[in-house]
Amino acid sequence: MRQFIEGSFAVAETVKLCKPGVISAYPITPQTHIVERLADFVANGELKCQFVNVESEHSAASVVLGSSATGVRVFTATSSQGLIYMSEVLFNIAGMRLPVVMVNANRALSAPINIWNDQQDAVSLRDSGWVQIYAENNQDAVDYVLQAYKIAENHKIMLPVMVNMDGFILTHGMETVDMPSGDLVDKFLPSYNAPYKLDVENPMSFGLLGDPSIYTEARYAIQKTFDDLLQVIPNVGKDFESVFGRKGLSLVESYCLDDAKIAIVAMGSVCGTIKDYIDQERAKGKQIGLLKVVSFRPFPKEAIAKALQNVGKVLVLDKSISLGSEGPLYTEVKSLFANKKPKVSGFVAGLGGRDITLQTIKEMVDISKKTQERCQFLSLKPELLKEEFYV
Amino acid sequence: MSNGINHFEEHQFVSGHTACAGCGQSLAARIVADVAGKNVMIANSTGCLEVFSTKAPETSWRVPWIHSLFENSAAVASGVEAALRYLGKIDTVRVIAQGGDGGTADIGLQALSGMLERGHDILYVCYDNEAYMNTGIQRSGLTPLNANTTTSPSGTVWKGNWRKKKPLVEICAAHFIPYAATASVGYIPDLQRKVKKALEIRGPKYIQIHVPCPLGWGHDSSLTLEVAKSAVLCGLYPLVEYENGKLTNTFKVPAPKPVAEYIKPQNRFKHLLKDQTALQDLQEVANKNLEYYGLNKKTE
Repeated sequence: MRQFIEGSFAVAETVKLCKPGVISAYPITPQTHIVERLADFVANGELKCQFVNVESEHSAASVVLGSSATGVRVFTATSSQGLIYMSEVLFNIAGMRLPVVMVNANRALSAPINIWNDQQDAVSLRDSGWVQIYAENNQDAVDYVLQAYKIAENHKIMLPVMVNMDGFILTHGMETVDMPSGDLVDKFLPSYNAPYKLDVENPMSFGLLGDPSIYTEARYAIQKTFDDLLQVIPNVGKDFESVFGRKGLSLVESYCLDDAKIAIVAMGSVCGTIKDYIDQERAKGKQIGLLKVVSFRPFPKEAIAKALQNVGKVLVLDKSISLGSEGPLYTEVKSLFANKKPKVSGFVAGLGGRDITLQTIKEMVDISKKTQERCQFLSLKPELLKEEFYV
Repeated sequence: MSNGINHFEEHQFVSGHTACAGCGQSLAARIVADVAGKNVMIANSTGCLEVFSTKAPETSWRVPWIHSLFENSAAVASGVEAALRYLGKIDTVRVIAQGGDGGTADIGLQALSGMLERGHDILYVCYDNEAYMNTGIQRSGLTPLNANTTTSPSGTVWKGNWRKKKPLVEICAAHFIPYAATASVGYIPDLQRKVKKALEIRGPKYIQIHVPCPLGWGHDSSLTLEVAKSAVLCGLYPLVEYENGKLTNTFKVPAPKPVAEYIKPQNRFKHLLKDQTALQDLQEVANKNLEYYGLNKKTE
């Protein structure tokens, strides 16, 4: 049923239909509306679930770790400082092969403290062993949550999944969303059947010490599973489409790329703005397109290389920066075309909630016509840099 | 087993692990696990106990056991307990969280306080060997006054650890939880009684067990139980029970022994034998315990 709804509430409604047995979370802007709405559901008996209000994000992640290890489907949500405070536990959850699902409301990292959107939080955790998928709009966010459980709980995968939705832009944005019905969710997503769990009938030990004779293989096994995910994610997407009748997950999505001379590559809600820009330019006869990277982990090298192989120029737009290097998405896309065409330029924009407008995209395209950039910040304020930061 | 007992049938925590000879923690952990029996799930902090009992692919635990990180066993146990509640198994399966003194009193204190405040039906057991032994005997919040550790060495300026033990059992009791107690591996029947009692109570419980560490304390590995008893008998390790925030029981020490006797076999206090002021400062800690808890009074 199509509904005009805030992103956070749409996600909460969807999580409810996935019937998690334990939810644990700690408040942080802009994640709060998701967990507040879930708390409402539990308070009113609409969702039969243990809702554990913890004293920190570190404990929120630890609680869902413990519940997941006991064989129960779990959910948590966080953002920014909360995510990096969880980070120790997040690496642990992945290493312990537990199918935790979280929604991360993407937000900038302190300092300066900033509650607004960019993707520095999640991108900083790219090496944690979590599957990372990025929603463009609230429909994506809803659909990705449903598919996240199906991916995580696949016995061949057993890895946690982080659904990223841009803070405020999506979490607090109202959009029309085709909300899933409980019947279809039940059809798509069976209840969780843990392949291993804490069980007094069959006692097992979890989280053992792995010395040099075993540690490498434990890590290699996760890396191999990420290879498998390159098949599993699109397959889950196909299952989704067969049940819900709309397109499910794919590793990347192309927009007007077939004949494009210039391709923009980006993740998350900015893809919507880029599509508007492309529509304008296409009306003027310009051959420009977009590659939306949905799955950042696994990083779909082959899919990206294939999608961009006939393009003249590639412009990668990062909403994060690996300080001392360059935009992380740019680094990885560029690596696919080390000694061959197309030429790849890297741009950084939208940090700490600064709007990326059609004008920003135009600025990027205009710069790329003149030079090949590695790490070009867009919409910088030279006077401010000089006065406040002595740069 | 030399005594003819079928070891693997008798215990929930079994031999084959790599604890040091005379390890007080491994003995206490076995007692806790045995009292708990088969219907228990244990969340264990990082530390000696975790390292010596579960080197992959082996384990000494015959009950469901999980280790995640150093500071989060109380939170992981909270998750296990919440899951058992959701599954309708909370009345048949007990949950224990356990860790060392550093993992409990320092880095894990926030998670522990959260677990107690939320009212989870969990017994938290702190094995208190009074320093970070797993990393090489560094001082923790439960290291006693003037004890020599690798980060509180006695020298020409320092007399060893410069702070008294954090009053952790009182901190836990101040959450008005149903049960908080101290115990000692030197008094096994008392320890067994307290664990049994705690596991019969619903809600959050805390037991802190004094467990000598021959390596860290520098005493002979044959002296573990005697050293543990001696700590109680001099007043440095009061055995107490709190119920709903109120002190309800203490282990009496009618004729307290001098602290000098307790510290004598331990290298960590060796420097005190040459420093009467520093020794007297530690004796004062014992005196205050005796007075505060009324340990040497004949009747209550």
